[in-house]
Amino acid sequence: MPKVIKTKTEFEGHVFEEYVVIEGEGLTSWEPQAELKSVGKPTQRIDGPERVTGKAMYTFDVQLPGMLYGKILRSPHPHAKIKKIDTRRAERLPGVRAVLNHKNTARIPFRQSQTLIFDEIVRYVGDEVACVIADDEEICEDALELIEVGYELLPFVIDPEEALQPDAPKVQPSGNLLNEKTELYERGDLQQGFAQADVIVDGTFRTQCALHNCMETHGSVAFWEGDALTVWDSTQHIFGVRAGLAQLLGLTLHKVRVIKKYMGGGFGSKNGLGKYTIIAALGAKMTGRPVKIMLDRHEENLAAGNRPSSVQRLKIGATRDGVLTALELKAIVSAGAFCTWPPSVGGPARQLYACPNLKTEQYTVFTNTGQLSAFRAPGYVEGTFALESLIDELARKLGMNPLELRLKNYTELDQTSGRPYSTKGLREAYERGAKLFGRNLPPQSPSLKGMGSAPPTLGEGVGERFLRGFDMASQIWSGNGFPPAYALAKVNPDGTATVISGTQDIGTGTKTVLAQIAAEELGFPIEKISVEIGDTETGPYAPLSAGSMTVASVGPAVRVAAYEARQQLLDVAAQLLEVPRESLTLSDGLFVSPALKEPVAAKDVLAKLENFMIIGHGARGPIPKTSRSIRLEPNSPT
Amino acid sequence: MATKAARPKKLKLAVRGPGKRPIRLIVNGETREVLVESRRTLLDALRKDVGLTGTKKACDEGTCGACTVLLDGKPIYACMALAIECDGKSIETIEGLARDGQLHPIQQTFIEEDALQCGFCTPGQIISVKVLLDSNPRPTLKEVKDALSGNLCRCGAYPKIFTAALRAAELLGQEK
Repeated sequence: MPKVIKTKTEFEGHVFEEYVVIEGEGLTSWEPQAELKSVGKPTQRIDGPERVTGKAMYTFDVQLPGMLYGKILRSPHPHAKIKKIDTRRAERLPGVRAVLNHKNTARIPFRQSQTLIFDEIVRYVGDEVACVIADDEEICEDALELIEVGYELLPFVIDPEEALQPDAPKVQPSGNLLNEKTELYERGDLQQGFAQADVIVDGTFRTQCALHNCMETHGSVAFWEGDALTVWDSTQHIFGVRAGLAQLLGLTLHKVRVIKKYMGGGFGSKNGLGKYTIIAALGAKMTGRPVKIMLDRHEENLAAGNRPSSVQRLKIGATRDGVLTALELKAIVSAGAFCTWPPSVGGPARQLYACPNLKTEQYTVFTNTGQLSAFRAPGYVEGTFALESLIDELARKLGMNPLELRLKNYTELDQTSGRPYSTKGLREAYERGAKLFGRNLPPQSPSLKGMGSAPPTLGEGVGERFLRGFDMASQIWSGNGFPPAYALAKVNPDGTATVISGTQDIGTGTKTVLAQIAAEELGFPIEKISVEIGDTETGPYAPLSAGSMTVASVGPAVRVAAYEARQQLLDVAAQLLEVPRESLTLSDGLFVSPALKEPVAAKDVLAKLENFMIIGHGARGPIPKTSRSIRLEPNSPT
Repeated sequence: MATKAARPKKLKLAVRGPGKRPIRLIVNGETREVLVESRRTLLDALRKDVGLTGTKKACDEGTCGACTVLLDGKPIYACMALAIECDGKSIETIEGLARDGQLHPIQQTFIEEDALQCGFCTPGQIISVKVLLDSNPRPTLKEVKDALSGNLCRCGAYPKIFTAALRAAELLGQEK
């Protein structure tokens, strides 16, 4: 019977509490020393052949009968009001089927109403103004040039520090600070912590805006069959896109299907629904034909999200022997024109080292620039740069080896929750790094002299243009799995099985990992397993593929589904083979029992049932109250 | 009496170009006749008109190499060639490598060495490796790196791509 539980989860530095439904058996983890046949064994990517032959169907490759193309007209101004828009000349161009803009489409609020799908106010260079739908892309490009737009230019601000000034132009009506407040975190007594310090270092660190540049740009293909919408989308979250489309277009969930078979990279920038997807759906509705909108490389750089720039003022206090006593961070982060969540720039400061007295304050600031999006450890990369740079300065000031300083403040407890990490490999990474540097010493030894303090030397054989120095840095990042995530395991009459889940493979090998887990639990060879993911119509819900959580969330659901399928298989086989249920096992696709003369292939048993199909259901179980997994990666010294 | 205001503005068609014309492309040994505008790139002609989408469109401006194909045996970025320039010429794409369902050794070693993640750059990488091995059957690592310097991989699979290329050279050497 399904059980409803309340669970607390952490995603990219943010904690959420939610109700989830758990079904199926709660299985105990495989022991590290368990003898497993598929899991943990080197396995070739099960979808390798289609990827190396060009047969894999990416969203960019979808071509449907009668399909039209859409190209978006984007604002050339950072902040402006559209006074007039004349699309008549564009509409008269042969091959143009529609020109969408704010005058002929519904007002659809987007990004928590910070913008509309077609807004009369444009807030950054690249903001959507209109979209031409035409028979081919070349015609779209011609037509874009024929649209006449009259803009009233508005004052703009692109620097987040300037945007915080009281007289700065307002990017959003509520002001330029996200949620009208800073994100504040405090523990201990900061003042006392700095008073205890023998040494204090501080500095201002600036990080630049970075772009994802996925090889496959963002884009969608949308078509309607009656009142039902199907969208192929290059996305890391098919169920999120489905929910967003249904909400914004006023559709019920059973009338929206989102498909993503293969994707040419996302890196966090494809976590959510984009305006182009809604526009493709509107264009398809208006023309009665499938519409494909893929951003070009220029648009990808302007309007598909970025890791925003940051300004960080950081101050660290420590005792003479290197024990951190206080840490203070003020971070200013550019959110771009629209933003619904702040990246955790203060995450590394809060978590990487044991420090009792700490304050982090983040200003996430609207500016007239392209919006931020998640980007591989959002916030943490920027935060690490400042923190680890200043820790090195502290080491120099203390005359201490930088590795020793880091080990001195090493922690096995998550500093924000006080709970121990379930796994943490940073100490091992430090040891290995030191070893690879030819300083094969125990990490506690203070004798890694010179590290970080040695002046850069001329690199060997690299010419005088290059200097070679060495130093170190470490980054903290958590990888955890949590509910809700669901899967089905379907056993076919010929002794093969199909795993079905609404997750998606973003290039990380999800299909292969899920096949390994199913093979292990089902007792089938991996060649007998196929994995069907990336379709909201066929798969039960799975979360977005981001935050290093897919395997840890969907994997357990697949395992439970495979376990249930195996139990049903054993029930059925015991009756058909007329052997005691307890005596029967299933391994490598063969039923084995002391009561049988020889092993019997699963397919021979199932064949007796003709088209009977076994389906196992699985859900990701709740997180144990005390543990949270953490993964740490050393940055290789350069 | 005809009034000036009632007449629709005359449409400027200057940007539309001379229209479509038929060309013949010999793609993976098959002759294909397609109708293209003179501004259509070879890449779009292959993907849209011939219907072979294995050649990927990633930058469309000659910087990433995802659309690498062979034109009369020489590697080019298909996004930087006009389709009409290729009239009558022979083009080899990723779809032409596997024969009778049998993967080419380069494709095989790309799978075995896991020389890809998202796979979007992979067809271009494989074509570039083929160009190298056709002219230099026993390349050094440096020669492999040089040959692939025009192909971007955003996921960062480079070391495995180099290994796959070197192993493919071994496999092809054994076949001869």
